[in-house]
Amino acid sequence: MTDTLLHVRGLTVGFPNAHGPNEVVKSLDFDLERGGALGIVGESGSGKSMTSLAIMGLLPKGAKRTGSIEFDGAELTDLPERAMRSYRGDRIAMIFQDPLSSLNPYYTVGTQIAEAYRSHRSGVTRRQARTIAIEAMERVRIGDAAKRVDHYPHQFSGGMRQRVMIAMTLSMEPELIIADEPTTALDVTVQAQILDLLAEIRSDTGAGLILITHDLAVVSEVTDHLVVMRDGDLVEQGPAERIFTDPQAPYTRMLLDAVPRIDDEIGLLRTLPTTEEAR
Amino acid sequence: MIRFVANRVLGMLIVLFLVCLFTFVIFFALSPDPAVQICGKNCTPEAIDQIRANLGVDQPFWTQFGTFLSGLFAGRAYGTGPNAIDCAAPCLGYSFQSSQAVTDMIVQRLPVSATVAIGAAVLWLLAGVAGGLLSAVREGRFADRFIAGLTLTGMSIPNYVLALSLQFLLVVTLGWLPFPQAVPFSEDPLQWFQNFLMPWIVLAIGMAAVYTRLTRANVIETLQENYVRTARAKGLSPGLVWRRHALRPALTPIVTIFGMDFAGLLGGALITETVFGLNGIGKMAADSITKNDQPVIMGVTLLAAFLVVVGNMVVDLLYTAIDPRVRVGSSA
Repeated sequence: MTDTLLHVRGLTVGFPNAHGPNEVVKSLDFDLERGGALGIVGESGSGKSMTSLAIMGLLPKGAKRTGSIEFDGAELTDLPERAMRSYRGDRIAMIFQDPLSSLNPYYTVGTQIAEAYRSHRSGVTRRQARTIAIEAMERVRIGDAAKRVDHYPHQFSGGMRQRVMIAMTLSMEPELIIADEPTTALDVTVQAQILDLLAEIRSDTGAGLILITHDLAVVSEVTDHLVVMRDGDLVEQGPAERIFTDPQAPYTRMLLDAVPRIDDEIGLLRTLPTTEEAR
Repeated sequence: MIRFVANRVLGMLIVLFLVCLFTFVIFFALSPDPAVQICGKNCTPEAIDQIRANLGVDQPFWTQFGTFLSGLFAGRAYGTGPNAIDCAAPCLGYSFQSSQAVTDMIVQRLPVSATVAIGAAVLWLLAGVAGGLLSAVREGRFADRFIAGLTLTGMSIPNYVLALSLQFLLVVTLGWLPFPQAVPFSEDPLQWFQNFLMPWIVLAIGMAAVYTRLTRANVIETLQENYVRTARAKGLSPGLVWRRHALRPALTPIVTIFGMDFAGLLGGALITETVFGLNGIGKMAADSITKNDQPVIMGVTLLAAFLVVVGNMVVDLLYTAIDPRVRVGSSA
């Protein structure tokens, strides 16, 4: 029997209004093994980000979450906010899409990296926090960390900012890292570096990884299990290799076909039909 | 950083020069002959010429402006020979009405206006920020709506209506406050405080309403920021998220507006000072306008412009201290 870290069953997220339940994630099932890497793939609006926020318990106001999210044997949906807070940042960490707007411009990166550590562990001195921030920055290979720790987010490049975001999650040694489109705002060359870094951290720390992206090239590099979503529905899931070589659902096939290949004949890019056309 | 300050100071000097020039054009070149006004009823052409020569208004415009400017920085003399009146820098001329030096008049009245401005500023900052925070926390609930109603009322009531009603209510009907009369702080601190209480409240109410709305909007907007979500994702307590990640960015813009509002108010609260009979810059301005006392009007105008420009610069410099994006340039 494999050791399951995250066990999601029937997860549904809706924004109920006068016209109905307005569900953006519909009865989603998936599992993540301890130390495993799961990719959640889909177009914009497929519900993949809402899935990650539902796990974190950070859904926007007005959202309704039902179903079961079991993390390391504990049912997260039953937890009161205060108890959920002890999971956030400590055992489950999250990396967001746009590193510039996700960092507070008023505080040094060192302060922001050590912040989670200081709030989850009591009696941490300023100096200890600083050391922890520097170590985390060194682990994500930000050069001259002892000096850069006192710099502000606007003094870093896009890729370096995302490294800061990753360093932020590291200090607590989380068991699960959720990365929501971590490379979307970055240059292609920088994307590869960030993905390598995530893969490396995963193998070093044994943390589970959920990588949320619309970019199939991204998941193919780092994940071993894939969940394909569309309009809040689970389209298909299975081992990444099988899905790439032998997609079962027509939608997955279309998604794979839409990736341009270098050996393609020159012509129009294949695009996906919109939801309305497909129906 | 030094470059930044130097640029700001240079800009400030240019603005002040232009303000001087425009004020001078409006009040001296375009207004009726002050000599006629001074000379009075039994006037001879010779007397008028004499007064013109003493005032220097017989000179061409640029010469007059030059004398005025140098008077500001180095002082000037009116008239020639043994009868000359020496006006020390910064010389703003003499009142046509009381023959007092305008600079002295301002120096005498500035403390009153400053007292009014400082007290009101403390009140409106406290009330405005507190009201705005409460509104933001309770967004859409009763407290928010109630405060929205109050701010609308506060912004709609004209100052003089508020001043007169308050005076009627607190002094005449309820008798909670004595009838205002000028008392220095050193003589009777309680009476002094009671004198200024009403002007403070009157000025603060309208401003507090504006600051409440501003604070509410800023806080609600900041709470939508991605970095607030990051802070919550770290598992910080709601209190920490608020204090560190929402309040500081939300309140920073308030500093800008406060600096300018406060500086503007230092230059006199015309209506409030007049209603409450406070002998400040605002009342002096009102009196000089009704009596067409040009040197005084001009002095007050220049003072107000100077305060606003300086206030602006102080805000700019403060910003370098509170916003790291201004303080340290990008090195990436």
